[in-house]
Amino acid sequence: MTVLEGKGVNKAFGGRKAVDNVDFDVQAHEILGLIGPNGAGKTTLFNLISGAIRPDSGVITYKGTRISGRKPYAICHMGLGRTFQTAKNFPDLTVYQNVRMGATFGKKGVSEADAERITNEVLAFVGLQDAAEKSMKDITLALQKRVEVARALATGPDLLMLDELMAGLNPTEVGEAMALVSRIRDRGVTIVMIEHVMRAIMNMCDRILVLHHGQKIAEGTPAEIAANPTVIEIYLGE
Amino acid sequence: MKLLRAYREKPVRAVPAAAVVLILILLGLLPGMTPPYTTIMVGSVLMYIILSLCWNMFSGATGYISLATAAFFGLGVYASAFLGGTLPLPALMLVGGAAASVLAFLIGLITLRLRGVYFTIFTLGIVKLLEQLILYLEIHFNNTRGRFVVSHSYTEVFYALYVLLILLLAAILIIRRSRFGKALICIAEGEDAAQHIGINATMVKVLAFTISAFAMGAAGAAMATRWSYIDPYIAFNANYSFLPVLMVIFGGSRYLPGPIIGAAIFAYLQELLTTRFPYIYMLAMGLIMIAAILFMPRGILGLIYDGVRKIHKRKEAKADDGS
Amino acid sequence: MLVKLFNILSSGLIMGGVYAIIAMGMSIQYGVARILNVSHGEFIMVGAFLTFMLVKLHVNPLLAMVIISPAMFLVGFVLHRTVYKKLSDVSGSASTFESNSMLISFGLMFVLQNIGLQVWGSQQQAYPFLLTSVRILGTAIALNRMVVLLFAVAISLLFYLYLQKTRLGKAIRAVSQDAGSAALMGIKTHRVGAISFGIGAVLAGCAGSLISIINQFNTSMGMSYTIIAIIVVVLGGMGSVLGSLLGGFILGFIGTLVNYIDPSLSLVAYYLIIIVLLLVKPSGLMGGKS
Repeated sequence: MTVLEGKGVNKAFGGRKAVDNVDFDVQAHEILGLIGPNGAGKTTLFNLISGAIRPDSGVITYKGTRISGRKPYAICHMGLGRTFQTAKNFPDLTVYQNVRMGATFGKKGVSEADAERITNEVLAFVGLQDAAEKSMKDITLALQKRVEVARALATGPDLLMLDELMAGLNPTEVGEAMALVSRIRDRGVTIVMIEHVMRAIMNMCDRILVLHHGQKIAEGTPAEIAANPTVIEIYLGE
Repeated sequence: MKLLRAYREKPVRAVPAAAVVLILILLGLLPGMTPPYTTIMVGSVLMYIILSLCWNMFSGATGYISLATAAFFGLGVYASAFLGGTLPLPALMLVGGAAASVLAFLIGLITLRLRGVYFTIFTLGIVKLLEQLILYLEIHFNNTRGRFVVSHSYTEVFYALYVLLILLLAAILIIRRSRFGKALICIAEGEDAAQHIGINATMVKVLAFTISAFAMGAAGAAMATRWSYIDPYIAFNANYSFLPVLMVIFGGSRYLPGPIIGAAIFAYLQELLTTRFPYIYMLAMGLIMIAAILFMPRGILGLIYDGVRKIHKRKEAKADDGS
Repeated sequence: MLVKLFNILSSGLIMGGVYAIIAMGMSIQYGVARILNVSHGEFIMVGAFLTFMLVKLHVNPLLAMVIISPAMFLVGFVLHRTVYKKLSDVSGSASTFESNSMLISFGLMFVLQNIGLQVWGSQQQAYPFLLTSVRILGTAIALNRMVVLLFAVAISLLFYLYLQKTRLGKAIRAVSQDAGSAALMGIKTHRVGAISFGIGAVLAGCAGSLISIINQFNTSMGMSYTIIAIIVVVLGGMGSVLGSLLGGFILGFIGTLVNYIDPSLSLVAYYLIIIVLLLVKPSGLMGGKS
């Protein structure tokens, strides 16, 4: 079943086309990888989906409802969560408070008791219960990114977009992050991830979409992408 | 634009609730116990405390530096000028506050998408536009520059401001614990992230701006009845925009008592010095503002709290050594 | 009719020339140093009064302008090297610096204005200079106004050529376009920022001298010139020198026209322009990106 779909999505900054006539679809419960060289338009595509910016043209639908043109908070309420390339945590709040904010505002009409229950559940799920009272400045980058994932999870998404969750992490931490992503999928959450760590992409994704200069140049299973001559040329040509 | 963050860390409990209540009770008894001059002066101090708290409620929390304070205050002043005598003082304050809120709501809706400095310029422009527009209208249609306001006694005005301040403090405390208050904290911490966890940031900002403008307008309506004569330059004096900013920065924008302390100190100094050394006083204000931004980004309260924390730590260290 | 039209045109041209200099000063300070200097009008006021002091010592005001320029530069340069340098050290991000530097400028506005009030008092001042008039196309124009226009245009041109031709000018433009890349190319962005701030102060001082020749002036006038500078800069696009030049003349003409229709409306018109402008196109009429 298609949960997220884009048709002819365009976005230009100045004269440069950041996202150029891209079609895409995301199936329920899959992990879709989004790859491409720096400046290929991956984060711009995330921003278009999450409502941070509006497409110049094209339509994006989520669970059959048009979301392009809506505000980020409304899209979040519909069950679409995201993280940012450089973690955008609330720096002066504790780990617990960060996640609690996600639980409080992620859906309409969440009671304080519900928010507390959700927060504790999510903290335990991502393994942050022991760090709950720590301040954001006192924890490692890997944990900061984990807090951001937890905050997004606390908003109760059916689809979660992860922007370079593994960038800047050491090999052990990458392994932990991969395990976390798998467990999130096992909860029934569909995942779209931008990633440069090929080990993660190739091992975890059901399908991969390749962007280059804002255009979609390939789409398929990891095996298909690995064998695709155009993709190889772009990555080797760099 | 995230320089002035309010409410973000739990301050050391330096002022126990009992002391606050005691101060408020003593303030309430003041007009009966002291000479008129003191009541008038403390009334002015109350006005600045209200303006500073309101300014901090929006600008401190969101990081958007508003200079529209004088516009909201001035609208309140003109509400009293137009309706004074026909309505009792509390009603005048309601009308003044409502007028200010409507203006704030409109400004908020159309401008909170502007980038930081543009927003600031816009709000200052609104103050000057209202000042000049009303001046023009008064001269052309009424052949006068100013108006006389049906006056109320300084004691009445004092109590009006006193009650307004208590209501404002109560409102701030309630907001801090509410969903709306938490949304404000998130916006101060990071607006992008706030939006993406389901907060309608624009609406929250517009609401905070609107609420804060209400008390500013109400304060203007009350003060006008003490002055008895007003004109656009008095009502929309840009100092009502600038001074609260200074007071909040000096006091410490992220603590609830910060704006109160800053406003109390400077409003008192102003009453003391402004008639004798007006230029020196304003010059010093400018210097202090610059120094405060450079050397105490969390205000005087930030310095004090840091000091208290250090002493606590030292005591703990000593206690550890002893055991 | 034709005479009136010519009067409006010539007044607009003269005011426009002065506005252009004012706006270029603010524009370079914001564009390069990222400081929205709301005390710009106070620098203009200081320039006017320093000129006035020299004139009282029988110095030609145009010569006075040349004499005070190095002093203005030094004040601007040192201010940037001390206060704004310290500020950029304590500000975490560029946007924090931008809002804090604006607040510092507000503090500076209080300081300069009240120094002015303390030293020079609050009364209106003016002095006579080149009061004879010349006839152009049948209308009389005061010679001093002609001279002011001439100097305004000359200063603008000089400034523009300086930015285009000299090494430092090119560095200034580079920083204004992309400070990060400029730093990577080996440009000392802080130093360039300080120099730009100094140049902005010089332009304010020159504008003050020119204004003192043709207009009355007082120590409280700063804010109104700051507002004019902001209007022009927003008109022409923040950080664009040519935009400031064009915007200056546009506002000069609008101002003269409104003044001709109803003098008491001119301030209302100015504030209305800035409000509408910010709402409609905050990036400026000639600005591309927002």
